[in-house]
Amino acid sequence: MEMLLHPWPWYIAGPLIGLTVPLLLLFGGKNLGVSSSFRHFCAILLPNSRLEYLRQDTWSDRSWNMVFVIGIALGAFLAAHYFSVGALPLLPASAHTAAGAIRLLAGGVLIGFGTRWASGCTSGHAIMGLSNLQKASLVATLCFFAGGLTAAFLYRMLGWGA
Amino acid sequence: MGYLRFLLLGAYFGIVLTKAQVISWYKIRNMFYFREPDLYLIIGSAVAVGAVSIFLIKKFHRRDIFGHPLEIPGKTLTRGTYLGGFLFGLGWFVTGTCPGPIYAQLGAGEYWAIFTLAGALLGAYLYAWLRPKIGT
Repeated sequence: MEMLLHPWPWYIAGPLIGLTVPLLLLFGGKNLGVSSSFRHFCAILLPNSRLEYLRQDTWSDRSWNMVFVIGIALGAFLAAHYFSVGALPLLPASAHTAAGAIRLLAGGVLIGFGTRWASGCTSGHAIMGLSNLQKASLVATLCFFAGGLTAAFLYRMLGWGA
Repeated sequence: MGYLRFLLLGAYFGIVLTKAQVISWYKIRNMFYFREPDLYLIIGSAVAVGAVSIFLIKKFHRRDIFGHPLEIPGKTLTRGTYLGGFLFGLGWFVTGTCPGPIYAQLGAGEYWAIFTLAGALLGAYLYAWLRPKIGT
């Protein structure tokens, strides 16, 4: 019981994350993916948009996925409030400033733009797509890491924090 | 209500993401600076379980529990896979967050992640706008 409260080691947490793939297939008939929710929320916020990408977003693609991501927030709420001891902070103090908010916003734009152009994120490509042995997902995952490592290198070069 | 199951499935995913700590900026920095192997092992073991599951499902059980045939579509390799993937990687490092964890951070009470979400929606809109020019 004590173990449940603390952060879970990778060999418990990793397989349980992977288990989301068959659970969602068998109980929901859906393929794991999160970043399409950005498109769905945009389409809902701008119902009169003339942009084809938003107009063609259908209710059947959209509805389950939006409920799923609300569920992610609900699960995180439960985990963080009822069985979380000794967990790391989620964002550093440096993010809780005006400059930090601008960084989150700018990085968020890269996330939204990039995942929609790549048709997937860490969930849809790195977990679901790789599990389904998709070549495109392997390329996408390698490019995610290429981007992340490039940013890490630049931050080091510029001396921007640890 | 058919949607309740997606709420529960999402909650399951949210709980394991949170307990794995992959929703922490620190874990993402530690991964990209090779300070600890955790994230690589988490992704690797998640894919191993996912791959075995999909293999077994395709072999023995091509239907969901309601008897509907399962569709597991392939992914298409495009220019966006490379360029979009790279741009997302930059954003992943800058925010220390990827899409699933954005929602998880908000649920866990890290409300500054609303800026990450707002950026992501703006980015998706930007893509919708530029898509006729840059394609998929």
